[in-house]
Amino acid sequence: MLAHEFIRNAYLAGTGVALACGLVGWFTVLRGQVFAGDALSHVAFVGAIAAAVVGVDERVGLFVLTLGLAAVMAGLGRRAQADDVTIGVVFSWVLGIGVLLIAVLSTGSSGGNGLIVANTLFGSIFGLGVGQGIAAAAIGLGVVLAVVAIARPLLFATLDPELAGLHGVPVRVLGLVLLLLIGIVTAEGTRAIGALLVLGLIAAPAGAALRLTSKPYLGMALSAAIALAAMWGGIALSYVVPSLPPSTAIIALAVGAYALASMASTIAL
Amino acid sequence: MSNPTLSWNLVKDVHELLAYQFMVNALEAGTIVAVTAGVVGWYMVLRRQSFAGHTIAVMSFPGAAGAALAGVPSAFGYYVACGVAALAIGRSGGAARRGGGRESAAIGVVQVAGLALGYLFLSLYSGVLEQLQTLLFGTFLGIDRNQVLTLLLVAVVVLAALVVVGRPLLLASLDPEVAHARGVPVRALDVGFLLILGLAVAATSQITGALLVFALLVAPPAAAQALTPRPGLSLVLSVVFALLVMWVGLGVSYFSIYPLGFFITSFGFALYLVAKLARYAAARLARDAPPGEPAPAAAV
Repeated sequence: MLAHEFIRNAYLAGTGVALACGLVGWFTVLRGQVFAGDALSHVAFVGAIAAAVVGVDERVGLFVLTLGLAAVMAGLGRRAQADDVTIGVVFSWVLGIGVLLIAVLSTGSSGGNGLIVANTLFGSIFGLGVGQGIAAAAIGLGVVLAVVAIARPLLFATLDPELAGLHGVPVRVLGLVLLLLIGIVTAEGTRAIGALLVLGLIAAPAGAALRLTSKPYLGMALSAAIALAAMWGGIALSYVVPSLPPSTAIIALAVGAYALASMASTIAL
Repeated sequence: MSNPTLSWNLVKDVHELLAYQFMVNALEAGTIVAVTAGVVGWYMVLRRQSFAGHTIAVMSFPGAAGAALAGVPSAFGYYVACGVAALAIGRSGGAARRGGGRESAAIGVVQVAGLALGYLFLSLYSGVLEQLQTLLFGTFLGIDRNQVLTLLLVAVVVLAALVVVGRPLLLASLDPEVAHARGVPVRALDVGFLLILGLAVAATSQITGALLVFALLVAPPAAAQALTPRPGLSLVLSVVFALLVMWVGLGVSYFSIYPLGFFITSFGFALYLVAKLARYAAARLARDAPPGEPAPAAAV
């Protein structure tokens, strides 16, 4: 299986994306910001379509839009956590712009537009080139290092914002940094497993880890490990069963891990 | 309708628009959908269940894809998928609006499980890439009389259910503890409301598409609740706003080459911005004015 170059690229990119999603996801779930992550990942698709309309590299559109919206969300809410209604109104509007851009795209060019839309929404991890694989792995590694670097103060700011503020922890800045990291992760994850599905790697492994353990560092490691296992297993599964799309296989494993963890924690109680 | 052009004579424009049966169907369906979304969305925004609402909304995508694969009418798939998702979210606690991280993780997991399944159905049922956009972003063309009648039936059921549970649901939404103490079945209402939401969403998304139904559910009520803290008034405003957004959106998109979804989301967003600005201005005035009239309560 590893003799195929596209599989090697998928594993390279997938590893970076999964580790980053698992770690960032743990904080996202702990802070109750899954809806923000959901909004960021869904607008990523608009960024990709916009890039196709303007004619620049897909990544430019993805990162500009997710990072921009992350900054807007941080600016709108107290403690850099936007209200869920505000998130909903803003991001449904951005999706509406996406529809407009699809229409612009399909009047401008004849074929290929449906494929761009489908790839953006559901990813194409088997279609990544060597350079894209290395870039995804590098970005993933960068996000992992960033999360590890701010883990302690961010944890403090999450569990007790008032006390953390009194101790001089920059609570607002940390909230913004986390949203920006979610933005980076969703932009990169969109290319691998799609704008609609990347939320699965953010929410499911972290949700499972938080059900299994309340120890922070163990939980973070567990979340990253579950995400990685889902990614590796999903790619292999989809290689073995060709009619199963890789994104579906990866998400199925992540959701399965979450379901098992919920059952285990229910039984343990 | 080879080349519809907008003239300055609005009466003539509307007359031209109504000359087509498909446009009349679209307007009737849009009106039904807007009233339903305005009322159900009002409760959704009040209960801070936007994430649950959005999740149930996107479930119509796997529903339609699964129905296409199984060879049953897509409307059937919409209702089944949205109902199942509503129950799954209700089972996971339904308390996500209180900001619990684990509950919101559960909703997220339900959502991606549904979407991943939808993608699987879509790839098994090969050759529907064109339909993908319709499923996600909707169409108001080609709505027939039967669909309008079905929508009307669903709307009547949804609105009747809300009339029955409206007052206790309002109490349970605003103050669950007090409601529980008064013997209101808060937990049953949580699940019941999610099911009503699922029914309304399944009906609406057949026109607006899975990704955009949410715009109609959240923007008009959010604008209404930003303007007034009085429940009855803001509920009426919410319905009026939803109707306005839908009618103007349909009218404009008839004369434009661009899709309905863009206009509906943009008008909704604009309304919300105006409402927020109005409330901000009112709050500034109230602060400057001598105390007496209390400032509007923060509903949003």
